[in-house]
Amino acid sequence: MTGGGRRVGVGRTVGTAVALALLGLAPLAVTREDWLNLGVVFFLLVALAQSWNVMGGQAGQVNLGHAAFFGLGALATRHLWAGGVTVPIAMAAGVALATVAGIAVGLAAFRLRGAYFAIGTLALAEVLRIAVGNVLPEISTLPAGAIAAYRLSDRYYAAAALAVGTTLAVAWLAASRLGLAMEAIREDETAAEASGVGAFRVKLAAVAVSTGLAGLAGGLFAFYHISYYPQHAFSPTWTFDAVLITFIGGVGTVHGPVLGAALFVFLREYLALRWVDLHLLIFGVLFIAIVLLLPGGLVEATARLRGLARRRRPPLADPAGGTGRA
Amino acid sequence: MRGLVQQLILGVLLGGLYGLAAAGLSLVFGVLRVLNVAHGELIMLGGYLAFGLVTLLGLDPFVALLLVIPLSASLGALLYAGLFRFIVRHGEETRIKNSLLVGFGLALTFQALAVRLFTADERSITTAYRGRALALGGVVVPLGRLLSLLVALLLIALLHAFLRRARWGQAIRATAEDWEAASLLGIDVRRAYGLAFAIGTALAGAAGTLVSLGYSISPSIGLEWTLKALIVIVLAGLGSAFGTFVGGVVLGCAEALSAVVFGGAYREVVGLLLFFCVLVARPQGLFGRS
Repeated sequence: MTGGGRRVGVGRTVGTAVALALLGLAPLAVTREDWLNLGVVFFLLVALAQSWNVMGGQAGQVNLGHAAFFGLGALATRHLWAGGVTVPIAMAAGVALATVAGIAVGLAAFRLRGAYFAIGTLALAEVLRIAVGNVLPEISTLPAGAIAAYRLSDRYYAAAALAVGTTLAVAWLAASRLGLAMEAIREDETAAEASGVGAFRVKLAAVAVSTGLAGLAGGLFAFYHISYYPQHAFSPTWTFDAVLITFIGGVGTVHGPVLGAALFVFLREYLALRWVDLHLLIFGVLFIAIVLLLPGGLVEATARLRGLARRRRPPLADPAGGTGRA
Repeated sequence: MRGLVQQLILGVLLGGLYGLAAAGLSLVFGVLRVLNVAHGELIMLGGYLAFGLVTLLGLDPFVALLLVIPLSASLGALLYAGLFRFIVRHGEETRIKNSLLVGFGLALTFQALAVRLFTADERSITTAYRGRALALGGVVVPLGRLLSLLVALLLIALLHAFLRRARWGQAIRATAEDWEAASLLGIDVRRAYGLAFAIGTALAGAAGTLVSLGYSISPSIGLEWTLKALIVIVLAGLGSAFGTFVGGVVLGCAEALSAVVFGGAYREVVGLLLFFCVLVARPQGLFGRS
């Protein structure tokens, strides 16, 4: 039994999406560029963590090569956009490339279970990262015209739309029959197969959605940055950030990645002002503590607190909705 | 031709360290059935420990190794008592998955800690004999690296002898074979776990010392070394210390060959691809005993 999205109910999902959307209107009132840039990073990480959570959280397949699909989305989007294709079409192509690559990897790697899947995907992503670094060693910079036309608020709205859209898509998925099948596989693949869930097909669907969304986030990355090294989008850091955020927020839940990303971005920026890189130390320790002591993350913590508060009054039926697991 | 031989010699010298790095991870993996992906970070920490002992106390690196091994073993015992003890309570699948996640958190923590303590610069131990080399018919064998290879082989032999002959070594092997049967026979399984983890960490520390002697270390080398060790384990299988060592040498040679054929930029790729292919060809994992 887990704190999965379906049991959380529609209200909280809508609330999360509305809060994100309101935050997405910030450029109407805020003109400070540093704040808006921080917002773009937050939305980007929300989308990336949500995409990882589909596979890692809902279907229970820990994919440590997620950065590869983010990178492929960024690569295709940037390449086509620089070649004159409009941004939405370039991003769609990025999604398509990431999804195809995701399905191809899934076809090979789903023969592996659990930790073997995790290290296998990590190895493949490293191969891709090294290859991209060798083939495209030079920095990718926007043409002068595009830099002159660059408006941060456009990027901000696009990032907010991406975060809201991804969150709603994941919520919808969690409530669907496919989401249920994914959870069944996470809990016990053999039992799920025995009760008629086609595990391989369901996992392929999960990997397609997850890598497609990662490719979309990568497309936004390519649209947002004026210049970056193509290899950077393939860095394992993207995978690790997504894993950290998802677990700290609450793995397998819909609003966990949003909470996790908020805490992650806040702590990272706040601590970076004082002590460079200290945030990694804190997140590392926090992550270990969550895996061992509180597998449901922040979402479970708040549910437990609410449960405690409720227990003071006459007892009600099962307030917390069970416990999660990694 | 001479270039190829030279590359192969360097490949064997580096491959011996891959073997040593993998031996520790393989022991922990085989006995505790946990996958400690922070193994590369333990190697990195061992390297810094040796670097500190050499530069601060002026010790010879091979003398420093005698201190690094017990210190690393203590760190391993601490990590087991503080973290991995709680993971081995679970069933096999949860155990390996949780250990992967905890190892990932540990890797992040150690790396951030190392950046704070030692800065992100690359370091390596410089000794009087570092530049010296044996010239053999036109190819060059760096002396420090050759000594490192011999020390690595010696450590592997000691590990092998311990696991075969010593009472606790046999207890560790029995636990790896079947922990339930081992505990019925009166073996303290928890203690065997802790001992195996401490030995694994000590081997990582030793590997780190040799890496900082012949090559260089920085806080970010962990992931690379974890991957190398995993590749070797997948190539060599579990259960034989010498087999692991040979697997490391094979990987070192394969990398050297690919560097000659495809150029140095794709050096790492060959091992990773080999790894993935072997993994997919044997999807039951490394414990699949038929």
